[in-house]
Amino acid sequence: MEHYSRRLLTIVTEAALERELSAEFDALGVRGYTITDARGKGGRGRRRSDWAQESNVRIEIVCDGETADRIANRLRERYYDNYAMILFIQDVSVLRPDKF
Amino acid sequence: MPTLDPVIWFFVLGLAAGVARADLRLPSAIYEFVSTLLLLAIGLKGGVELARDGGGLRPVELAGILALGFLLPLPAFAVARVAGRLTRADAASLAAHYGSVSVGTFAVVVGFLTARGVQYEARAPVWVVLLEVPAILTGIVLVHGLSGDVPWRHLFRELFLGRSIVLLLGGLAIGWLSGPDGTASIQPLFFGLFKGILALFLLEMGLIAAAQLPTLRRHGAFIIAFGLLVPPAFAVVGALLGCALELSVGGIAVLATLAASASYIAAPAAIRTAVPEANPALPLTASLAVTFPFNILVGIPLYERLAVALTG
Repeated sequence: MEHYSRRLLTIVTEAALERELSAEFDALGVRGYTITDARGKGGRGRRRSDWAQESNVRIEIVCDGETADRIANRLRERYYDNYAMILFIQDVSVLRPDKF
Repeated sequence: MPTLDPVIWFFVLGLAAGVARADLRLPSAIYEFVSTLLLLAIGLKGGVELARDGGGLRPVELAGILALGFLLPLPAFAVARVAGRLTRADAASLAAHYGSVSVGTFAVVVGFLTARGVQYEARAPVWVVLLEVPAILTGIVLVHGLSGDVPWRHLFRELFLGRSIVLLLGGLAIGWLSGPDGTASIQPLFFGLFKGILALFLLEMGLIAAAQLPTLRRHGAFIIAFGLLVPPAFAVVGALLGCALELSVGGIAVLATLAASASYIAAPAAIRTAVPEANPALPLTASLAVTFPFNILVGIPLYERLAVALTG
């Protein structure tokens, strides 16, 4: 079976940003993403998942390298200073390249 | 000596369990469900009463209450800037939270007055809706001015289509359209179980307040003083406005409580996107860990006495 290489971008950030980020992704040409509720602890303290004002989300996007860089740059410029946000990128293989 | 309403003990239980780190956590879906029921019940109750006696909102009342919402943040902002030496963004954010209202506190004052047989205006839920948004707008303008790079469109949708506004107005409309007889079949859930639902809500609020305590220790004396002193001062303003608008004793107590309460749902969400440079923990801690407990344990009985004294 043939595999194609793509990038998996994972963002963990404040749930308050979910709507705004969805709009950003659409504008940046992202074709799909997955959002899950998350909790944990980081530079801005403990984040709970049971209280909407203080909960986190984890966003996963599979896309090509160029789009991944565009998203990463945009998020770093606009959100890193003021929001709890981390972001990391991994190489992944997909079976249907036209989907991502 | 009036005994403490049992629902308040649920708040104390949640607070104690949270402080002791007991193995107690309500799933977020339960909190959402319980608060949805509360908002709908409050709206429905108001709607049914309006259908019965038809006392609508007078223009002078509309103007007075909107003015209260827009102006309350100004003294709070000044106090936070001068006494607290907060940055402009932090002071404006705190002011927006304290100018806006808490529906949870409203639910408690409604329960308190109903238990004591004190009448209040059926349209009171409309006051909640009117008071929720203006203070948040004032807070944002205090930081960015009128233009700035505020995402106004996104913000307006978030503010005016927020859960509390939609559910309160929706419940009010359904109650008003259906009337006392039409709502008879749903009354057991929304009216009969109101105090039980409120008890569960307060249990969760106790847990949430306890979770804020570590942050409270970090921010120290100013936040505690602000959270304790601003609400009674604002309650006096609200009560005087209630007198000027010739509200009933119960209505004055409700308006005083609303002025004294601080937002912890609508304001944090809106301010987080509009004023991202403000520290979100500061107002949330003051509102949840100081002001909410103060208002429901001590404040509301005081505000009712104030209303009685003012109407003499």
